[in-house]
Parts: sequence; C-alpha cells; structure tokens
Amino acid sequence: MSTTGGNTLTPASQRSWLYKNRIKLAPWMFLLPGLIFFFIYVIAPIFQSIWISFFAWDGLGEKEWIGTANYIELIDDDRFYTSLINNVWWLVLYMLAVPVGLAIALFLNQTVTGIRLYKSLFFFPFVISQVVVGLIFTWFYNPDFGIVGIVWGWFGAQPPAILADEDLVTFGIILAGLWPQIAYCMILYLTGLNNVSPDQVEAGRLDNAKGWKMLWYVILPQLKPATFIAVVVTVIGALRSFDLIAIMTQGGPYGSSNVLAYYMFETALSEYGFRMGYGSAIATVLFLIMLVYISFFLWRMYQDERG
Amino acid sequence: MFPKPIENSSARVQTSYKIVLPIALFIWLLPLLAIFLTSIRPAADINAGNIFGIPSDFLMVENYLAVFQQSKAGAYLWNSFRITIPTVILAVGLSCLTGYALSVYRFKWAIPLFFIFVAGNFVPFQILMVPVRDLSVNTGLYDTVTGLVLFHSAFQLGFCTLFMRNFIKALPFELIESARIDGVGEFKIFWYLVLPLVKPAIAALSVLIFTFIWNDFFWATVLIQGDHALPITAGVRALNGQFVSQWHLVSAASLLAAVPPVLMFFAMQKHFIAGLTLGATKG
Amino acid sequence: MLKTLKKSAAALAIASLISAPAMAADLVINFDDPNPGPKEGFETAVKKFEAANPDINVIVNLTDREAHKTAIRNFLSAEAPDVTSWYPGNRMAPFVNAGQFEDISDLWESEGFHDSLASTKSAMTMDDKQWGVPYTYYQWGIYYRADIFAANDIEVPATWDELLAASAKLKEAGIAPFTIGTKFLWTAAGVFDYLNLRTNGYDVHNDLTAGKIKYSDPRIVDVFEKWKQLVEPGYFVENHATMSWQDALAPFVKGEAAMYVMGNFAVDAMRTAGLTDDQIDYFPFPEITPGVPRAEEAPTDAFFIPSKAKNKEDARKFLAFIAQPDVQTEWNATIGQLPINKNATVGDDKFIQKGFETVSTANGLAQFYDRDAPAEMAKAGMEGFQEFMIKPDRLDAILKRLDKVQDRVYK
Repeated sequence: MSTTGGNTLTPASQRSWLYKNRIKLAPWMFLLPGLIFFFIYVIAPIFQSIWISFFAWDGLGEKEWIGTANYIELIDDDRFYTSLINNVWWLVLYMLAVPVGLAIALFLNQTVTGIRLYKSLFFFPFVISQVVVGLIFTWFYNPDFGIVGIVWGWFGAQPPAILADEDLVTFGIILAGLWPQIAYCMILYLTGLNNVSPDQVEAGRLDNAKGWKMLWYVILPQLKPATFIAVVVTVIGALRSFDLIAIMTQGGPYGSSNVLAYYMFETALSEYGFRMGYGSAIATVLFLIMLVYISFFLWRMYQDERG
Repeated sequence: MFPKPIENSSARVQTSYKIVLPIALFIWLLPLLAIFLTSIRPAADINAGNIFGIPSDFLMVENYLAVFQQSKAGAYLWNSFRITIPTVILAVGLSCLTGYALSVYRFKWAIPLFFIFVAGNFVPFQILMVPVRDLSVNTGLYDTVTGLVLFHSAFQLGFCTLFMRNFIKALPFELIESARIDGVGEFKIFWYLVLPLVKPAIAALSVLIFTFIWNDFFWATVLIQGDHALPITAGVRALNGQFVSQWHLVSAASLLAAVPPVLMFFAMQKHFIAGLTLGATKG
Repeated sequence: MLKTLKKSAAALAIASLISAPAMAADLVINFDDPNPGPKEGFETAVKKFEAANPDINVIVNLTDREAHKTAIRNFLSAEAPDVTSWYPGNRMAPFVNAGQFEDISDLWESEGFHDSLASTKSAMTMDDKQWGVPYTYYQWGIYYRADIFAANDIEVPATWDELLAASAKLKEAGIAPFTIGTKFLWTAAGVFDYLNLRTNGYDVHNDLTAGKIKYSDPRIVDVFEKWKQLVEPGYFVENHATMSWQDALAPFVKGEAAMYVMGNFAVDAMRTAGLTDDQIDYFPFPEITPGVPRAEEAPTDAFFIPSKAKNKEDARKFLAFIAQPDVQTEWNATIGQLPINKNATVGDDKFIQKGFETVSTANGLAQFYDRDAPAEMAKAGMEGFQEFMIKPDRLDAILKRLDKVQDRVYK
C-alpha cells in the first residue's frame, strides 16, 4: 500500500487515522483471506443446504419449492430410521475406543527397551486411510476365504456372512472403525500419562491406593483433558462414518447398514440418487445432531477461555 | 508413573510382560500382516484357501509391478501428491495468519470468530456437499485438482486455526508488546518475530494435514470423477472394481495407498503426536 | 505407443502452425467399459473412424461402468464431452427432461435409422424425438455348466417344473443350482424380470415399471411366490449379498454352482476364468405360465450427444459412423454381442448365435428393470428384491414399502 509510505497525495489526516487504527485494522488484514475462504466453502454452504432442503431438486433442472415436504417424508421413511438407529449404535459402540485406548495406553506405559517402537506400531492403524481399513476388513469378513471363515472353520462351524447379515453388518463395520479409533485414543492417553504428576502418584501410593483405586481416584482425574479430547474426536468420528460404509457395504444389504452420512450421499449423488433436496434434509438432521456436540465443545472451550 | 514401572516387579512379571508385548502387537497388527502376506502371494494361493500360511511363492515385485502396469495406480498416487501438498501449504499458511490475528489482538470479534472456525471444523461433510459441488460445477473447478485443493484448504482452516491460535496464545506476549513499543510494524512482528517461534506448530500441523488430506475419500468422490485428478484413496476403490476377486492385487494397491502417510508418520513422529495430542494435556 | 507419440507430436506441430479456428476438430468421447473385450471393440471403431475422418482427433475418456453411472450427471453439467455412452429407456429420461441430451431426430431422419435401427427405436424415443444411437444389445438367459448337467444326468429345462426338478437334483448332489451376487443389487432384478416376464408377460413388466400396477397386485405377488420356490429350498448360493457379479463367477467356475441368470457379457469373463465352450452353454429362461408370449431381457447400449458438447457436428458424424452395418458387425463380433443395425451380420460365436435366435424370435424386448423403471423406484425395488432373497418371509412388508415408494415416485 502506498498510503503509509506515500509522501505527496496522502492527506495527513487519513494517514494518521490509519496509523491510529492500525492495531484495530491489523487483525482484519490477517483474518481476511482465511475468513473469506472459510465463509465461501464452509459457512455459507451450511445455510444453502438448509435452504435446498425445502426444495425438490434433481440437481439438473429447476428447483421446486415444496416447503417442509422433505421433512414430512423423512418422518415416514423406514430407511431414515434404520440409518438413525445405526448412527446411535455407532455413537454408543464407538465410545468403546476410549476405555480400550486407555487400557492399551496403560499396558504400554512402561520403559522396557524398544517400547517406543511398540508404541508407534500400535498407533500405526490410525495413519492408514479408512478406505484401506475397509478393504482389509471386507476381505477379513469374507466367509469363503477371509480369516473369519478360516477361524470358524477350525471349529467346524459354518461362518456367518457378516457383511450380508442385517443383524451383524453394522457391528462388523463398527469393529473395523474401532481399530484406528482405539489407536487414536491410545496415543492421547499415552501423552496424558506422560504428564501425570509423579508426586501425586507417590502420594497416592503412600495412602495405600493401588490398582483400580489409584486409577480411578488419582490417575483418571489427571487424564481428564485427554479423555475430553478422546470423547470429542470419537463422537465426530462416529458421526462421520462414511468411508467404511461406502467401501464395505454401500449401506447394504438392503439398506440395513446405512447411516445418515451415507444415506444422504446415496440419496443425493449416487447411481440412483437424484434428490438433492431430500439429501439436504437428511444432512440437516445430521447437522443438528452434530450441533449438540459442537455446542457442548464450544461451551467447554468458553469456560476454559474465561477461566 | 502409572502403572507401576515394570522394573520394580518380580523377574517373572518382567519376563512375562516382555513375552506378552510382541504377542499383543502381533494380534493388533494381524489385519495388516494378513493383507501384506496376501499382497505377495500368487492368486492361486487365495483360491486354494492358503490365506494365512506361508505363500507358495513370493511375488512381491511381480504383484506390485502388476498394480502399476495394469492400472493407473501411479497416476493416482501422483494426483494424491498434487492435491495434498498444495493443500498443506495453503491451509497451514492461511492459518498462521488467522491464528495470529485471533490470539494476539484483543477485539470483540476475536472469540466469536474463533468459535466459528472451531465449529466449522466439526461440521458433518454432508451438510456442505450439495452446495460445494454446485459451486465447483458453476465455477469450472469441478473435477480439477485446484477445486479439491481449494475446498480442502478452506475446510482444514477450521482445525488449523484452532491449533495455531492456541499455540500462539501460549507464546510469551511480552515479546510482541516490546516489539510494538519499539515501533515495529504489525506485519513485521508477525513475520520476523512470531513466525520463527511457531515453526514447531507448522511442522506438526503440516504432518497432520498431510495425513488427513491424503486419506480423504469423501470429497474426492464428490468433486472428482476423472483419472486425471483422482487421488489414490478413490483410485483404490476404482481398482477394487477393476481387480474383482484378485485380492492379491487389491491388497498390494491398498498398501501402496498407505505408504506415504506411514512414511510421513515414522519420519515426523514427534511432530505428528505433538499435533494430535495438543490439548490432551492442558485445559 | 511410439506411433501415437509421433502422431500427437505431428498434430502438435501442425496445430501450432495453423491458426486457432482451424483446429476445432477435437472430439471428446466418454466411454464406460474398460474391460479388455469392450475396450478393444470400442478402440477399433474409433481408429476406423479416425482413419475415415483424418481431420478429426478423437480423445477418449475411459471410466469404470459403476463410476460412469454417477459421473455422468456431473460431466453433463460441468465439462461435457462431445459424445458419451449411456443407456436408453428410463435411464436416459432425467437427462432428456433436463435438456442435457441433444435431440438427434435429424440424424435419425437423414441416416434412415427409422428403418435400419427400427428394433430399438421405441427405447431411444422420448417426446417423439430420438436422443441417441444404439450400437449393441445382448441377450439375457440362463448360462449353465453343461458338464455338470451331463454328469448329473440333467436335461436342459424347458418349463418351470423342469427347472425346479433340475435344481432339486443339483442341490441333492451338493451343487448350488444358481450362483448370483447381489451386492450391487441389479443382478437380482434380472431374476425378477424373468420370473415376471414368464409368469405375466411383457405388458405386465411394462405396466409395473411404468407405475401402472402396484407391487401388491396379485400378479406381482405371484411372481414372488414363484421366486420363493427357488429361495426357500436354498437354490441360490449362500452369501450372495457379499458378492459382485464377478465374485459370483467363482462358485460357477469351481463347479460349486451350475446355473447363472446373466447377460451375455458374462461369457467373456467365464472364458477368461478358464472355462471352455464345452463346459458352458446357454438356454433361454424356461416357460412358467403356458401360453404367455415369450419376451426377453435385451438391454441396449447407446451413444448420446450432450447438449453442452462443443463439437456437435463431428459428434453427429461419429454417431452416424457407429450405426453403419460393417462397424456394428465388427464391433459386436469383438465384444460377443448383437448388432442393432438390421443389415449388420451376427457373429458366429455359439452364444451370439443362440442369443440372436432367442432375441429375434421374442415377442417383446425389455431393457432391464433398472432401465425401464425410474431410478428411485429401481433402487428401492432392487433393495426389496435383495431383502426378499435373504428374508422371504418379509414379502408383505417389502411390497408395502415398494407401493409407498411407487406412490411417491410416479405421483
């Protein structure tokens, strides 16, 4: 900008205004590129989606305003309820990643030789794409030549077709998802354990606290920040469960492993999906569920900021 | 330290711990081992039911070569780099600016804006899908690497800003104050004083974002259709359709897709974990 | 490789010499089958086209079929090619309605397609206009392991009862009568269509996919009752919901299953998997209700011009070219399918011959459930078929759901 360095045309009054307000203006200068970007691609689309959810639109022709018809249809849509219930299963069972992650972290929190390599290798699954995890487990679950089939064979049993069985399929996929998620929680706890104050542990030992008691009354309270983050990332992960379903079952058999994230995509953009409006209505519902957690998280952060 | 250090236990406990450790790891990584073994087997083994045994023939080179020769895996991998690296630069770069603005300046919008970035980071992808796809189609960015990079950068900005802001906030504010008193310009403070200090954060963020973007599948599916821009994650899915029933090739392709983030992780482990666990220790 | 390199280098050199307007001769074609046979057939045709039109430079985008099905909606609105492969019937309806396909009635008129391509005219027509040019179609039916039939002393069944008897015999011998992979749903629709065509005939098929008959109609319930006679005794391979159609070939190839309700494209895959022509054979789906005129599934594949295409003139040339009898003859001989042009020659492969006989004597040709019914209905319907094959007791609930979807889709 030539205004600050200029010596001829810039009126002195303006120059001093700029100078006086530079502390006020500076943050906006720093923020502007990122803010515009974020607004166009993240903030505005949220409202556009909600808007689109009131239309019938095949993504090609004209949008047709239909008011709340999409939502009324949702209420009567079996597939939607299947997906919603599966989302609940995901949320509940995915939470297992937190205690299991903690257990593995406790198991690994030692100083024997080579333990660092062990920790890295245990963390390994998290780094791998969910697409790959999905393919691995699809193959695992194959009743004919997958490992599940072989293990069942040892017992002379007919292996179940996990991914074709409406009662098992969601749990099969969740198990696949837990694998990297546990690794994530584990690393959070390992870091947390590193920062547990030795004094308090010693004090606890002097008080004769051992094992479970020590864990519950002394260690866990100190791991609270780690637990908080672990819960947050696990909830987000559970509600974002798209990749695994797209790879492993595409919501099948007959929609029984669907979740909202995939059902939305299927309705709006897949081979037989022509309903952007209806898809947006599903997305809006998913967004509202997520909003509960977002609000909770922000509220917690707000407490921290003040405190 | 908790649990009790194993060195203080009896020799028997110590030994059993050292025995259990590799066994646990083996079980934990069983899926990966299995897929690796599969990727170096001849197809005949799989059909014959030899899934877990010693491969009848070690075809590591042949199978991996076959993936490159019979498919566009090479192009997909290259696309992944073309998408991931610019995204990392753009997202991390912009977040240095936003993070700085939101941590150093006290203005009434600082907290609300910060919260908007944080909230945006948690939003489900599906609520963005239709409009973002539409925007891309209308601007000619659909099915281009640029389009995907722009979206990814914008979306990751939420997480990056959260990260950077908290990191810069923890820096000693007096440094900036004294620079201001010395009359150093705002941008110069940022560039010469703050930026060198946030290098560790930049490193940690870069590794994390690299992994996130590399592993993205959803947006690649929504915004890309052609081989010229398809990243390896979506590519592996396409290969899965092409190599039907050829699990040895699917496995090899899958492992190839996992190699760059894994290398990245092992090379930059410290930064990676520092990035992931930021916030897990304080607060 | 070297040749194309040289060619493109030459093209580049020429292009840089000539000024911009003269180089408007790129023709972009999106094609949806990268499998070896279809790819070869397509590329040969393209080469011949380029040889006949040296001023046109064809650029080909090959996509996997499943990917193409989702991608088309994007590229038609964004970066439209000049020509794309797609399917007729209800599958082309959304794009025709949205004005994304070019009306090529003029081409049908000038090239005399009303006569030479008459057999598929109705499938290519909407609003009294023609929208694409078909280049191939193929029969469906039952592919079976002749060697297994012989070993178990089974004759080719001609009626429903004979089919059930043959199935029972195979099952007793420890062989699954039918293989199928329903992971991607459409395979089940093939079985449903045939049961419907044989039980009720062509008109009921059309009325159902046009939304004029309810799924709970007694005639359709009857179809499912027939299907139940195959499902309940376990005549389909287990775990079919985990398999794609290619996965389902494995039991067929290994001799663990003896029959496959499929389209003729599967023959190529069976041969590739190592089966010889002595081992595999074909018979039309047997009669169910005596006296119902025989209709067949014979899906057509075609080429279309997107309305956003840049080079429509050359695109029309290409469409006219691929309709020529000699082009269709050679192309279909390569891919083992049937040419549309009535002046083209049918290949001498035994499956093509048998298929041609089946199809040309049929009383009506159906495109396929998911091409005749609108997309949303097709999706719900096929999910219902898959569910029925796993849980036949839920028939009532499934039909009720399909009725509900039907009410909404056809409005």
